[in-house]
Amino acid sequence: MKYIDEYRDRGSIEKCSQRIAEAVTGPWTIMEICGGQTRSIAKHGLESLLPSEITLLHGPGCPVCVTPQSILDHAMEIASNPEVVFCTFGDMMRVPGTNTDLAHIKAEGGDVRIIQSPMEALNLARENADKEVVFLAIGFETTAPANAMALYQSKQQGIKNISFLVSQVLVPPAMESILNSPHSKVQGFLAAGHVCTIMGFEEYEPIAQRYQVPIVVTGFEPLDILMGIDMVVRQLEEGRHEVENQYSRSVQREGNLAAQKILNEVFEVIPKQWRGVGEIPSSGLGLKSVYRHLNAALRFPQKIIYEPLSTNCISGQVLQGLKKPNECEAFGKECTPDSPLGATMVSSEGACAAYFHYQNFQA
Amino acid sequence: MCLAIPGKILGISGENSIMPMGKVSFGGVVREVNLAYVPEAKQGDYVIVHVGFAISILNEKEAQLVLNTLDEIDPETR
Repeated sequence: MKYIDEYRDRGSIEKCSQRIAEAVTGPWTIMEICGGQTRSIAKHGLESLLPSEITLLHGPGCPVCVTPQSILDHAMEIASNPEVVFCTFGDMMRVPGTNTDLAHIKAEGGDVRIIQSPMEALNLARENADKEVVFLAIGFETTAPANAMALYQSKQQGIKNISFLVSQVLVPPAMESILNSPHSKVQGFLAAGHVCTIMGFEEYEPIAQRYQVPIVVTGFEPLDILMGIDMVVRQLEEGRHEVENQYSRSVQREGNLAAQKILNEVFEVIPKQWRGVGEIPSSGLGLKSVYRHLNAALRFPQKIIYEPLSTNCISGQVLQGLKKPNECEAFGKECTPDSPLGATMVSSEGACAAYFHYQNFQA
Repeated sequence: MCLAIPGKILGISGENSIMPMGKVSFGGVVREVNLAYVPEAKQGDYVIVHVGFAISILNEKEAQLVLNTLDEIDPETR
């Protein structure tokens, strides 16, 4: 397939890994931000193609993983309401809240629907005029324009029986949060290609300069990721710290202006809680006041607030690149994809699930 | 979650009066895709699609330039 097979070609991959091996002279630690890249690294065994001097750390770029437990608990409370048709992306069904997950709510009779696009929520609202339709709108900058369009069209079309439980997160503030940690080992970043497809990469340039870290906008296929690593390594070896773009077939410096226009119409930047990490300033998107009437959190105020349960889960440290999944005592034992302790073991893009599915399988 | 895949636009329909929609083929599987964020897209373009929306038109020239950098370091060709 065009734009896929070329980036999975074994000969090209071998050439690129050879190029990296020839360039490396010292130990370097590089973080891939996006969970989609983590999954690709695990699936294609890319770490085995890298010289031993390079350590990859897996970043917080899985929106399913970083959605706070309190949002999930609220989602399940709303989904249990017999007057509600609750809809969400499939990834969210088995992410544990404090006591249960959406799959169990559905099994117990809750009207929980999996949808492929936020626009389907509008159709559900039209088809279920006697019910309230609520969409759990999560995601990074990649998903935000789709969620924003669903909100924008709901307002434009005056749909009364729809609302959105919003938990949108932004990548650059999370990168700064990681770099601000005294425990951070990150010397260079692979930036998330599809986040940058929307937002461009201008906002990464002051981060690269301030923290003196190379940042390379990178795609998702095996060759993309190896090329991104190669570009980071060359900068590290040469003492440079710039923003470079490996994924130029999709990403332009200014990003997608049409998408940004809708984002600015619907959302404003807010402080945001990240599961396992805590609050990061200016790291989320909340609804502007003119969209307040579509805010499910206001339409269905949360009645029960749970204290987070204490477990052996180290997903917070995994999300910050401080530990790898297989350093967790529970990994593969009391914590598996069938019985997850944390969100990083649930989502297909969670680092723990990627390790479990691919590295264990290969071993 | 940020998974987005390339597909080829087979045709653009004006059926939806609110937003431009296109039929996009993903290796033979055809889906309706919202083209609101790629207003300049035309039939035959490859687009990256995420949760039902095309978010960019793939740039063939840039793709080739990146692939060419590998040939430049191939010992047999340098």
